[in-house]
Amino acid sequence: MSGDRRPSGLTRNLNAKIAAVPMILTALVVFVGCSIWSIGYSFTSSNSLPVNEFVGLAQYERLFKTSRWIVSLKNIAIYGVFSIFFSLTMGFLLAALLDQKVRFENVFRTIFLYPFALSFIVTGLVWQWILNPTFGIEHVVRGLGFETFSFAPLSDRNTVIYALLIAGLWQGTGLVMAIMLAGLRGVDEEIWKASRVEGIPAWRVYVSVIIPMMKPVFVTTLVLIGSGIVRLYDLVIAMTNGGPGASSEVPAKYVYDFMFSRGNLGQGLAASTIMLIVVITIMIPWIYIEYGPKKRA
Amino acid sequence: MNKHNVSVSVQDLSLSFGTLTILKQLNLDIQEGEFLVLLGPSGCGKSTLLNCIAGLLDITEGRIFIKGKNVTWAEPKDRGIGMVFQSYALYPQMTVERNLSFGLRVSGMDKAEIDKRVARAADILQIQPLLHRKPGQLSGGQRQRVAIGRALVRNVDVFLFDEPLSNLDAQLRAELRVEIKKLHHSLGNTMIYVTHDQIEAMTLADRIAVMKGGVIQQLDAPHEIYNRPVNRFVAGFLGSPAMTFLDGTITAANGGPAVNINGTVVPLGRYGFAGAAPEAGRPVTLGVRPEHIAVGGASPEPEADRRHWVTDKVTLLEPTGADTIVWSELGGLPITVRVDAEKHFHVGEPFAYGLDLTRASLFDKASGDRL
Amino acid sequence: MSVTSVEPSGARPRRLSPSRFMIYAGLFVAAVYYLLPLYVMVVTSLKGMPEIRLGNIFSPPMEITFQPWVTAWDSACTGLYCEGLKVGFWNSMKILIPSVIVSIAIASVNGYALSNWKFKGSEVFFTILIIGSFIPYQVMLYPLVIIMRELGIFGTLTAIIVVHTIFGMPILTLLFRNYFAALPVELFKAARVDGAGFWQIFLQVLAPMSLPIFVVAVILQVTGIWNDFLFGVIFAGTENYPMTVQLNNIVNATQGVKEYNVNMAATILTGAVPLIIYFLSGRYFVRGIAAGAVKG
Repeated sequence: MSGDRRPSGLTRNLNAKIAAVPMILTALVVFVGCSIWSIGYSFTSSNSLPVNEFVGLAQYERLFKTSRWIVSLKNIAIYGVFSIFFSLTMGFLLAALLDQKVRFENVFRTIFLYPFALSFIVTGLVWQWILNPTFGIEHVVRGLGFETFSFAPLSDRNTVIYALLIAGLWQGTGLVMAIMLAGLRGVDEEIWKASRVEGIPAWRVYVSVIIPMMKPVFVTTLVLIGSGIVRLYDLVIAMTNGGPGASSEVPAKYVYDFMFSRGNLGQGLAASTIMLIVVITIMIPWIYIEYGPKKRA
Repeated sequence: MNKHNVSVSVQDLSLSFGTLTILKQLNLDIQEGEFLVLLGPSGCGKSTLLNCIAGLLDITEGRIFIKGKNVTWAEPKDRGIGMVFQSYALYPQMTVERNLSFGLRVSGMDKAEIDKRVARAADILQIQPLLHRKPGQLSGGQRQRVAIGRALVRNVDVFLFDEPLSNLDAQLRAELRVEIKKLHHSLGNTMIYVTHDQIEAMTLADRIAVMKGGVIQQLDAPHEIYNRPVNRFVAGFLGSPAMTFLDGTITAANGGPAVNINGTVVPLGRYGFAGAAPEAGRPVTLGVRPEHIAVGGASPEPEADRRHWVTDKVTLLEPTGADTIVWSELGGLPITVRVDAEKHFHVGEPFAYGLDLTRASLFDKASGDRL
Repeated sequence: MSVTSVEPSGARPRRLSPSRFMIYAGLFVAAVYYLLPLYVMVVTSLKGMPEIRLGNIFSPPMEITFQPWVTAWDSACTGLYCEGLKVGFWNSMKILIPSVIVSIAIASVNGYALSNWKFKGSEVFFTILIIGSFIPYQVMLYPLVIIMRELGIFGTLTAIIVVHTIFGMPILTLLFRNYFAALPVELFKAARVDGAGFWQIFLQVLAPMSLPIFVVAVILQVTGIWNDFLFGVIFAGTENYPMTVQLNNIVNATQGVKEYNVNMAATILTGAVPLIIYFLSGRYFVRGIAAGAVKG
């Protein structure tokens, strides 16, 4: 081995390159390649098998004329807005409560977070049982003497999405709480000392100082919740399977059904492309905030 | 020049990342057995240069020779170097013995030879009782010895030290400095030592290379660097308290050159100019070290006194224990004088001090170069 | 000092102030909401069907029976087959163990290469990987099915292991990359000066001191893969359906009389593995999900 010759580009660091082959394949073939393939074939007339016949935006036109897709979009919008609002407020509130030097903090934290360890299938089945129209909460409350009490969201087309929301929040707010708590623990203790010296009430410190300081944590959490919402699928399968009727359909389920059960690939691919577009629209502002124009140091 | 005695030779070395240049056209020859210190503020490129010599960074241009062999693109292990890091970088999960032998085991050396070498290094460094401990159970000084031992077992030609004492408290630092110096005397290896601490540099070095902005400003023996800094940066970087800098212009007084500092004229007759004396009207900076200023009034025989005496007022006193730093003024500019702590001064009192111009430095104001 | 005070003067009043009371009340109500489903699951699974039909879902069982658990494990029906959840449990294990090992092995080496041996383009691939993790799975599912089919592994354990490795890669790589980047770089340099190469440094120096992050990664992957439904139903093939898929098939089966106690027992059984991991690991679990939340 002579040390006087510059090693050629390819063999330099060869082991690292070999080790990175799975990553390179995943990045290029799966994430880039498969996405491009799907987008491309969404402009074809593919049915049960992919074909190369170009039909322009026909799949998309048909998609937006399908009432099931419109319902899916509406559902995910409702679920998304409420899910973001409640997980952020409940998550932050629970974290703020836990941050008051409470006793048994570990016990409470463990309780709030355990549902996150469970799958959406398990979550969905439990809540399906609790909200069961015959034996569930409605039955119990009526048994207490409130004969007219009505709470059976799973069998009502208009409220079934809120049943999904209750279950989803139960599973996911613990995560938000954990992230927020980490954020609160990262706040400089001296901020609290300074505000106590100045006699500012605690709620005011949260609103005017702590929450603005935690903006990056909120943004990250938002992205996390957001990408989870778009993927909402298992919970619906377990809890309602899209019913009653098609009233709790969601986009991810639409894609799956058209691709794998109904043999209408073009529709599935067009729907998945719309999902991708939605994600990109959410992601771009985030990337801009996080990595965009560098803050002046 | 006798090439046989050159241990490490750096030729036209440049390093840049994109448009950012870290090292510029460096040339450096280090003699066999020499202790060379790379000294400079953080970001000057001294650690980068050391990493280039070690082979841990790929250089952009230039060549590096160790013992006459071109090692510019050789792997670190093939360069005949050992390195001691700031954090010591001992492998935390291995015992001292395994830390010392790791490099030898990796190279596939046979067990008997490894044991022999580890025993010898442990003997030299007096760490035999520690061989079965983990790094976490060692003191700072013991860790340093193990880190040096790791280089020792590999029988390397050159030891590289990357700020090895920076993490330690002042007392331990002073102790370990002495140990490194003793080790250099007994081993006689070439050592390249990076630091930003001027005391370490002055006490350890055969020669010091003062660096700034990826360029070697001055490469010389410690006393030369201290007494005849080549530019204002080197002058200001070494010495504590720092050299006083007085801006003025060159005038002619009594037939000889002098510097006019806001009306106070200091004759430069005894100053040793590097070249010809500068022309009148040139803006210059006069640099005087606080310890090169005398107090207590002129000597009875004025012709024997080579100092230039000035009288002003005491503006501030900084007692440091052994000495007191007296702040006064010259032509309205602040000047510091180091005096014996036993001599008592008071703020506001008149203060006479004598500048020793044979030991002063004069710099061109614009370029900062020594005149 | 106040004369009316009869309590000992101390740094902190021992009495529960109204605001402290509100804090604990809030936490208590929240705890009830989170615990209720677990409680309902357990009590339902211990009741007989007649009692379920008569009573309410919150009342504790009058007569405890473990029969629903036995049925759920051994003989609950999914469509035509009545072999219970045990089939799904073992399938999940067969998927889980190799998937966890392979995905962590690949991602840890990846993260190591990315933090210590950067090469031209390595950061680009990593960025694609991270951005790619936000792409909805639905976009990539069909082409992946085609690829698996072409490779001849569609509907096999291999396919599902590959899929879990692929989709676990972004978060795991991020996790390991950040961890290795936070280790002192001087250790890596020292090992290089000592002559250790790519694999020697990883296996002998860095990996042995990275046990915590491997634990976090295992927890992350075990819960994630165990809880997976979508990939299992598409890629694993009918005979390899994981436990979640089987559970859903049992509970949401359209034929036969609904046995809610068996369903709940089955649900607990399916949730048991991640729950046990969660309760045992505690701190590491939180660290894992926090690592997932923190950007790289």
